[in-house]
Amino acid sequence: MEAATARLGRRKARKRKSYGSEERRLAALLLSPAMIVIALVAAYPIGYAVWLSLTEYSVRVPGKWRFAGFDNYTKAFGSTEFWDAVKNTFIFTGLSVTLELVIGLGMALAMHAAFKGRGLLRTVVLVPWAVLTVVSAITWRTLFEPNLGLAPTVLGKLGIAENVVWLGQSGYAMAVMVLADVWKTAPFMALLLLAGLQVIPDDVYDAAKVDGATAWQRFRRITLPLLVPAILVALIFRTLDALRIFDLPFVLTGGTNGTSTLSLIAQQELTTNNLIGYGSALSVLTFVIVMAVSFIYIRTVGGNIRSLAEDN
Amino acid sequence: MEAHAMERVAAEPRAAERRAPRRKWVRPVLMWLVVVAIIIFCLFPFYWLINVSLKTGPDLAQSDLFPPSPTLDNYDSIFKNGDFTSALRNSVIVTTITTALALIVGSFAAYALARLRFPHKFLLLAVILSISTFPAIAIAAPIFKLWTDIGFYDTYIGLILPYLTFALPLAIYILTSFFKEIPKSLEEAALVDGATYFQAFRKVVLPLAAPGLVTAGLLTAFFVWNEFLLAQTLTSSPKAFTVPVAVANFTGSQKFEIPLGTISAASVVITIPLVAAVIIFQKRIVAGMTAGAVKG
Repeated sequence: MEAATARLGRRKARKRKSYGSEERRLAALLLSPAMIVIALVAAYPIGYAVWLSLTEYSVRVPGKWRFAGFDNYTKAFGSTEFWDAVKNTFIFTGLSVTLELVIGLGMALAMHAAFKGRGLLRTVVLVPWAVLTVVSAITWRTLFEPNLGLAPTVLGKLGIAENVVWLGQSGYAMAVMVLADVWKTAPFMALLLLAGLQVIPDDVYDAAKVDGATAWQRFRRITLPLLVPAILVALIFRTLDALRIFDLPFVLTGGTNGTSTLSLIAQQELTTNNLIGYGSALSVLTFVIVMAVSFIYIRTVGGNIRSLAEDN
Repeated sequence: MEAHAMERVAAEPRAAERRAPRRKWVRPVLMWLVVVAIIIFCLFPFYWLINVSLKTGPDLAQSDLFPPSPTLDNYDSIFKNGDFTSALRNSVIVTTITTALALIVGSFAAYALARLRFPHKFLLLAVILSISTFPAIAIAAPIFKLWTDIGFYDTYIGLILPYLTFALPLAIYILTSFFKEIPKSLEEAALVDGATYFQAFRKVVLPLAAPGLVTAGLLTAFFVWNEFLLAQTLTSSPKAFTVPVAVANFTGSQKFEIPLGTISAASVVITIPLVAAVIIFQKRIVAGMTAGAVKG
């Protein structure tokens, strides 16, 4: 009897082992197309970008190049163009992400509280999200255009920013860019936060109410702390996107009037000025900055990935 | 659930308690004011764009809330513009092919990640997801150079390949979480009955994961339709440029005489399919957007 059980156990173990290697082969087979594409079109180009950034291509003679060492980086660090772009990118990111968090949180709380209108509201807030970024830029351009735009007309009548050409003056141009971004992405923030709000159990609030907590206290002591994970994830998603911003300055101002960003100057050096080496150096610098932030992202949502990777 | 948000907005709670009768109507009214404010904030700019697209000539020099003499001339002219119609065709082709490929390649990878046991799974997922945080500009320079060298510059394939790369992480992430929701016992039953892994995948998992496929497909299609940096860098002619490029360069070409009426009309046209998709598939899209963010 015991011998039979042992034999059965051994056979089971052997079977599981062979099952395992078959499973691994299949996994490798299924994963390889995705991994090949990612390796060829993401990993390899990043390495190639680093190499290109150490070279200098001749604009006049196609195919002629020289190894330039760190010249392109020295050029970048010594240029006001680069530091302006760094400054603008961070100002834009700080302002737009902060406003998106505040407005998005407000919208999420309102959607959470509204019983009847929730479905309608959810569709309505998805409209700006669905609008292409390029179109969002055009929309806000038409809103702030002199004469045609409603915003300068209304604001002028109220005595605010009279005779200002919004997209033609630095500071004001940045404000329009931030507005366009907040309009398009605050809804995204709101939906992420709403999902976070919906997993907070009702009885926590009921208990707090019984204990005599005011609405503000309940918000401060219950909602906000329990919402922190959702807020963090939303903030990181948005920060990474804002640091890469390209479409808005391209369409709104072409990067003039204090709106040039890192992605924009790198792309312009690359295509307009045809400086492949220098453009690559700027791209690599942008990459390093964004990856530093995304390192924090992986650490924050690491638990999420781990739960997906767990075998059940 | 309490309307705690609105209560917060509604004056001082203690004062409100003393005047209990007033509070009864204050809350719903404030509630609706906030709802109306959100609706205006979200929809008014898009309404404004439509308004501008219906204006021509001198109307475009005035900021009327309604077009004084509404006309479809702008729409007429963009559909007669060969660059714009080519861009529409290019966008439809590139979006369709990329989405189909992302779903096929992505569901293979997601099935392996959700169901099969193999080492270093966490590391692999982390690598795949980190791709989605890459700034597009980082690969724009090398791909621009590579594509020029091998003849992919200004072609469909030259756009589809990088788009697939950037779309795959999200598609894999969404599909993996959907596949994990499907009870494993269903497939095991199929396997016991003698089905192969592929049959179990195709006949049991895929049909049950259809909502996940719709979600992943929609988000991929949105991403491709919207993408601008790579399209602007890797294309240069009506042969391959997509709608964002066509519309954005209407703007750039004439610095001082910008045809804002026509641009607005083109903008409305390329946005309508997305707004329609949002209205029809609201639930699926929200599910996809929040897939990675809820569990925190």
